[in-house]
Amino acid sequence: MKRTLVLFTILITVYACGNQNHKPTNSTENTSTTATSETETYDPERGEGKFSNVEVSPTIESAKANAGEKVYSVKCSSCHKLSDEKLVGPGWKGVTGRYKPEWIMNFATNPDPMIDKDPKVQAQLEICLVRMPNQNISDEEARNIYEFMRKNDAKK
Amino acid sequence: MKKNSISKFAIATFSLLLFFGACKPKNSSNAVSADAAAKAYVAPGKYDEFYNFVSGGFSGQMSVYGLPSGRLFRVIPVFSVDPEKGYGYSEETKPMLNTSHGFVPWDDLHHVQLSRVGGEYDGKWLFGNANNTPRVARIDLKTFRTAEIIELPNSAGNHSSPFLTENTEYVVAGTRFSVPPDDVNGDVPINTYKQNFKGTLSFISVRKEDGQMDLAFQIECPGFNFDLSRAGKGVSHGWFFFSTYNTEQANTLLEVNASQKDKDFILAINWKKAEEYLKAGKGRKKAVRYAHNKYNEETHTATSEIKTEVIVLSAKELKDICYFIPCPKSPHGIDVSPTGEYFVGSGKLAATIPVFAFDKMIKSIQAKDFIGEFEGIPVLKYESVLYGEVKKPGLGPLHTEFDNKGNAYTSMFVSSEIVKWNIKDLKILDRVPTYYSVGHLTVAGGDTKTPNGKYLVAYNKITKDRYLPTGPELTQSAQLYDISGDKMQMILDFPTIGEPHYAQIAPADLIKNNSTKFYKIAENKNKYVAKGESETRVVREGKTVHVYMTAIRSHLSPDNIEGIKIGDDVYFHITNLEQDWDVPHGFGIKGAATAELLIMPGETQTLKWTPDRVGIVPIYCTDFCSALHQEMQGYVRVSPSGSNVPITYSLGTNMPKAEVKK
Repeated sequence: MKRTLVLFTILITVYACGNQNHKPTNSTENTSTTATSETETYDPERGEGKFSNVEVSPTIESAKANAGEKVYSVKCSSCHKLSDEKLVGPGWKGVTGRYKPEWIMNFATNPDPMIDKDPKVQAQLEICLVRMPNQNISDEEARNIYEFMRKNDAKK
Repeated sequence: MKKNSISKFAIATFSLLLFFGACKPKNSSNAVSADAAAKAYVAPGKYDEFYNFVSGGFSGQMSVYGLPSGRLFRVIPVFSVDPEKGYGYSEETKPMLNTSHGFVPWDDLHHVQLSRVGGEYDGKWLFGNANNTPRVARIDLKTFRTAEIIELPNSAGNHSSPFLTENTEYVVAGTRFSVPPDDVNGDVPINTYKQNFKGTLSFISVRKEDGQMDLAFQIECPGFNFDLSRAGKGVSHGWFFFSTYNTEQANTLLEVNASQKDKDFILAINWKKAEEYLKAGKGRKKAVRYAHNKYNEETHTATSEIKTEVIVLSAKELKDICYFIPCPKSPHGIDVSPTGEYFVGSGKLAATIPVFAFDKMIKSIQAKDFIGEFEGIPVLKYESVLYGEVKKPGLGPLHTEFDNKGNAYTSMFVSSEIVKWNIKDLKILDRVPTYYSVGHLTVAGGDTKTPNGKYLVAYNKITKDRYLPTGPELTQSAQLYDISGDKMQMILDFPTIGEPHYAQIAPADLIKNNSTKFYKIAENKNKYVAKGESETRVVREGKTVHVYMTAIRSHLSPDNIEGIKIGDDVYFHITNLEQDWDVPHGFGIKGAATAELLIMPGETQTLKWTPDRVGIVPIYCTDFCSALHQEMQGYVRVSPSGSNVPITYSLGTNMPKAEVKK
């Protein structure tokens, strides 16, 4: 009897894990076009998306940072504070030290596949319990947001 | 023993009586063959092949189904308020239901037709008619929302509508009830019908680029009932056909008095000629009042304008635009074949289906082969226009649609069946029962130049024993038939909302890729938008309070509001900051005498609330949006009218701070 129960539990677990590997069908259709091939192995340093080599100048480009701040106030600020305090999602303080620019810009523009694959994001999801919404951020907006993050991190 | 055989006989007789008494088509259980389920099966996660747009009848709405599965996807609010979507309750959508009578929250939507170019669906818009307070609506198939509604003056009961010309030049609206025109004194005895009542046919132009409607002109006709209509196509493009009844011009007990004559009329209208008269200034301007309502996708707001003039052409005076064709007994449907060569009148009280030939009609007109005039309009000779009659088709023919193989399908209301016949030789090829009393039917693309011959749907008036009982009112229903073979095969029953009248079936590929997924927040021009939480605020203007609020997973901002007083009108302007598909937020407030708001991503919608008591009033998101949806809530403090509690608002901080210290 006990053995059956154990077996049953294992089966359920295997089944549930199997399910996790499936892509959720919701809200991926419009992002999958920008995603690179699914068969590649996931690179946790770069993330998944169209950015693989972002050029960053030694000094902060203030035009970009200002444009990024505007996007932040409309599309990001509801959930992310500029301090290290968690609101809905984690605060942005120090984010440019924790992640490469490619990773940040890929995640901003292509969140759903990365939520499904990235170990750090999955750990974060267990804390926040809200999948970061796809805010349909353009490539240029993503770059500007990154610059704004740098500016935010440069502040003492 | 003898007793036993008597009772057996009694049972047999009783059963026989029951059978006849039920008046059911035979073999109702045998009508479905084994492969029916497979034909209607669409696997979970798979798309249907067709959209089926179905009128909602007395619900006033339209519904959208998938075929062949019969799954319901959406109810589009059109002429009736819909608290579920906030339609007719939000400040932005209220003007959509404005009329010359003021705000009208309900109507009866009978027919739908898809916009078309060259006689083929273009997938852009869907039109619907209001049968009670006469109006025509246009639905945008990018958003599946009502984009525009235009009211019709000089009309009452817009039934023969919203039928379209082959390039969507016009959508027509013929009055079912004849009435005295709006610009004369209508305070007349009802029995002066013949002198004072007129039938008006409206031609509404549709702008090519954006679909915007405009009441181009009306044609004033003799007073009787205009029932249905169809535009000519191909060879008959430029003509419109209307069925009529009550040419007896009775004003009471029409059941008897409008069925006296052996024949009523099909009215053929040369609308190209009418356009010429209009250009030549032959129309008369009449003072009327009608509402024209438009929904703006950028401001997310509807506006309503009352217009005061219409141009009317007189069928009696302008000789060669209108002709009457006699048609057996109270024709209901008037349907035009894919090539436009034939038009079919369905005399609902007749035992034949007359098929008219367009070229014979033109020849008769040219030869002035008239049998007389009716109120100044020439009446053609039945036999001269007739191509032939479908003999003994069944009882109560109503509507006809067409396939891609030269066949026609006519619904038979009284004998509860669909009859398939060949347009050329008028021979009956097949018949199948419907359960029960079919009204309209529709074939995929069945009113275009190139019908898709795969499916036919029957919309039934009675369901009786087809579904689990639900009290005195039973579900409305549709039945799907596979018509790809020689024999029609019933493959599915599916329930519908309201009462389904006419419907359209269009390939999913024509429409599905154009669907709007969300509104871009950057393009939101609503006067009360808050583009980000930094723009949220609460503003008092005398006794009016504007709350600029945002919604995003999973909070409302601000979520604590104080300083509202009894006597205030509070407007919650809620902007959904999400920028992804399928993430609407809802908004509800306790005690609101309106409804909820349902706000699409990037959209702003407004709910007016008049607090009726002092206290704390909760607000919350009504549409499950995330794991923290239940946390998406807030409070509004309502104080007495003379209170000096100031307006404060906050998110994440307990305000006002002074009170926290206590």
